[in-house]
This record gives sequence, C-alpha cells and structure tokens, in this order.
Amino acid sequence: MINIHEVVETNEMIEKENLDVRTITLGISLLDCIDSDLDRLCDKIYNKIYETAKDLVKTGDQISREFGIPIVNKRISVTPIALVGGAACKTPSDFARIAATLDKVAKAVGVNFIGGYSALVSKGMTEADRLLIESIPEALSTTELVCSSINVGSTKTGINMDAVRLMGSIVKKTAEATKEADSLGCAKLVIFCNAPDDNPFMAGAFHGVTEADKIINVGVSGPGVVKTALEKVRGENFEVLCETIKKTAFKVTRVGQLVAQEASKRLGVPFGIIDLSLAPTPAIGDSVADILHEIGVEHAGAPGTTAALALLNDQVKKGGVMASSYVGGLSGAFIPVSEDQGMINAVEAGALSLEKLEAMTCVCSVGLDMIAIPGDTKDTTIAGIIADEMAIGMINQKTTAVRLIPVIGKGVGETVEFGGLLGYAPIMPVNQFSCDDFVNRGGRIPAPVHSFKN
Amino acid sequence: MNKTIITVVGKDTVGIIAKVCTYLADTSINILDISQTIVSGYFNMMMIVDMAGTDKQFNTVADELEALGKEIGVVIKCQKEEIFDSMHRL
Repeated sequence: MINIHEVVETNEMIEKENLDVRTITLGISLLDCIDSDLDRLCDKIYNKIYETAKDLVKTGDQISREFGIPIVNKRISVTPIALVGGAACKTPSDFARIAATLDKVAKAVGVNFIGGYSALVSKGMTEADRLLIESIPEALSTTELVCSSINVGSTKTGINMDAVRLMGSIVKKTAEATKEADSLGCAKLVIFCNAPDDNPFMAGAFHGVTEADKIINVGVSGPGVVKTALEKVRGENFEVLCETIKKTAFKVTRVGQLVAQEASKRLGVPFGIIDLSLAPTPAIGDSVADILHEIGVEHAGAPGTTAALALLNDQVKKGGVMASSYVGGLSGAFIPVSEDQGMINAVEAGALSLEKLEAMTCVCSVGLDMIAIPGDTKDTTIAGIIADEMAIGMINQKTTAVRLIPVIGKGVGETVEFGGLLGYAPIMPVNQFSCDDFVNRGGRIPAPVHSFKN
Repeated sequence: MNKTIITVVGKDTVGIIAKVCTYLADTSINILDISQTIVSGYFNMMMIVDMAGTDKQFNTVADELEALGKEIGVVIKCQKEEIFDSMHRL
C-alpha cells in the first residue's frame, strides 16, 4: 500500500515545485469537412470541432480535481488548414475566414489555444499553401486563440528555401499587423523543420494526416521538480546526476500517462502520445535555465551549457520512455527565452546570445523559441536565421523550430511584455551582416546524405 | 473498492482525527489505513479510505472535507489513489 512519505513527496512536487500536466491536446481531423463552398466548409469545421471537443475542458477540470494535479491548458489541434481549405479558398482572406471560425469555436468550447493553421511545404508549395501563408498576418492579427505553424524542411526532403524566404517576410508582416500588442502575433507562429504530427504543445501543434480521426495527446512538465531533486545531489558525479534526472522524469511522466489514460477513457477518444518535454513557465522555480544552473553553470549560456543541456535532454527521455507506453511529440527540454525567468536573467546578465541559443538547439527539442529581436531586423536576416535553424534539424534528423518576435518600434536594451504564460523578454541583438544574396537565390537545399555520418 | 487518499496538513491540535473520522463515518466512508508524521513541524496525516459505500459524489466529499479543514484550521485534500500508485509503483 502507498505510504505517507510517498504521498507527501507527490504533494510537495505539486504544491511547491510546480508539477503539473501542461496540456491535454485533443487532435481532430478536419479532412472529412472539406468542401468547395467556403460557408459550408466553415460550418462543418465549427460543428465537428464543437461536437468533438465540447466536453474537453470539463473533463480536464474533473480529472484535475480527482487526482489533485493541475492541468494547466486544454487545447485543440486540427488538420493543417492548407489541406482542408484548398478547395474553398481562392484568396488569403478566404483562409482568414477559416481562422476566424477556428477562433470562434475555440472560444465556444473554452480551450486556451487551437493549433493547425498550418501548411506543410518542406519540398514545395501548392497554391493553397501559398495563400494560407500569405493570410497569416491577417489571420493572427484578427484572432486570439489560433496558432499557426509552417513546416519548411525535413531530413528526407531538404529545405524549401522559397518558403524560408517567404516566412522571413511573413514573420515581419505579422509583427507589423500586431504592433499595437508588441507584435504578439509572432508568438503564435512557428516555423519548423521535421515537424511532428502529434505535438501537443503550442504554438506548433497540428493534427497530422497520418493520425486517426481524433486523438488525445498530453504534454507533461515539471522543471521545478527536476531542479529540486538536483539540489539534493549537489557536488555528486555525473552518474548520480543523470540517475537523479532519470528517476524524476519517470515519476513526472507517470502522472502524465495516468491523466492521458483517464482523459482518453472519459472522452471516448483514443490515447495518442505523451510528450516528455520540460516546458518552463515564467513562474519562479519553473525554469529550465535554473536546472542548468543547478547542474553547474553560473548562467545559461556559460561554457558547458550545451553539454549540460544535452545530458538533461537525454536523461529526461530515458526516464520518460519507460514511464509511458507511447512517447512522441517533441520530447525533450524547451528553451524559450521569454517563458523562462532563468533564461531572461541570463540574457540580462549578458551570458546568453542568439548564437549560443542556436548551439543549444542542436541538443534539445525545438529551437529558437520566444526570442524578441529588434523590430527593424530585415526580412532576409530573419529568413537567414530560420534557414540556419532548419539546417540543424535537417542534418541532425531532429525537430527544430523558430519562433522569433521582431518587436516593431523597439530595439536592443528594451523589453517587451507579453503577459501570462508567454512572459516578458529583453530584446536581443541580431548579427548585422547581410545574408541577402544567400536568401534570394531561391529554390531548395537538397536532402542530406544519410550515410557517412560523422 | 474505490480507494481515495485523504491528506491532512496543518498545525497539530486536539481532535483533528476525531473530526475527520466522524465525518467519514457519517458519510459511510470506510477507513482502510491511517498514518501520521510530523514534516518540518507540521502535522501530516494520511488516510486511505474506500468510497464505494457512500452515495455522495467525489467532488461533494472533497468540498465538504475542505470546508471541515477550514473549520479546524488545517488543509484537507482528497485525491484518488491512482496518482500515487502510478508515480511510486511499477
């Protein structure tokens, strides 16, 4: 039988160390909504999402109540809209109407975000893909809960540099369109290489075409729990350090697995995957940078940071895979800047640069995330940063992503406040040298060779 | 069997166990195990109970126990056993 020390340990994790289930994300296929008439398409989308997701928030809250574990977000991901809207949408504004429909239904069912305003263009773009991408500034500035992601490259196909160049200017236009709100629209826009089909985390969640009609994916979190566990093994060697992270990740993931199974059972929707990511929030103690500090670097960004992050990421996976029957999504450690107080401190102390962050993304999940840059950064420079990050993903056969926020009207030294889970960020300097000739070449970078790995 | 873990945390005072047990008896909830310890100066009690015998909903019991806790000056939490099982048992 369970003993009192185990009960106290679990409840201390929840109450003092911010252990939570970060999100239950309900993936819904919209392929059966496709229609050549835009009004009918929007009606079908609204009805399908509403019917499938109407009990999601209530069920999540009830599970949270019964097990005493916070479930922070309930979200929806849908089939990439470029695929769904292709037959009905003839202009970018047509696509923006679908975004408005998604926003409306997300509000009606009470979820925090809806993801899947997406296009998968890793090799080439259809006309529908292009229209959807062009509609992003309008879609994200006229909706609140819609998140957009564009996959512009993969290890199997290479990088679509036409799409990368286009996204450089779309990020900038989205920033312009939402400049009244400190360019917040860009916080809802991610550019991917090797995007996973079953990611429960925003802003990059979409419901891949290889998925079932509906599916429950769960993202667990708990940087604070890992940090507290590591406080007890200060000065010990790497074996002890790794073992401690692994055991903690196991415990955290088991909670996610339980919540996922319960949600699946109660909603009558099959369970998809658990995403094992350590996702920080601006709350004090809920920080990946603090774990790196506890491992032994003064600030995130100091020499040793990449190695520390690599071992952290790997141990989280090792502990997590045994705890769950199905692991997927991104699974690793997120290193967003604005959502992590420790990262913000590191930037403010001058320890962490954009270039170091790029190096860190080689060994952990995702990529350059929630980084505020000066609003006058050129479109081509943004495209160049995207291309670099995509190349890391392509060559290393991993998911990488870029979520940059060029804050219109602000420059280096100023800060930008997004509020809530998105936090605040100091604006980071960007390398001023030009990559215009590189970005403007057009075409695509071929897929890499898959042997001769060194 | 419908096992729930009830935890009581707060400053030690006379009659905590008595009051909680009286409530459980009145609600037809069977106590399977009780243990207690002091963690950093605070009274910590854990009860494993079986809620199969009561017609009250989980939420109602949890709310009523929370209210009782406030009356006594302690924090009372109800959680289904599975969360502890999944975290601490293979």
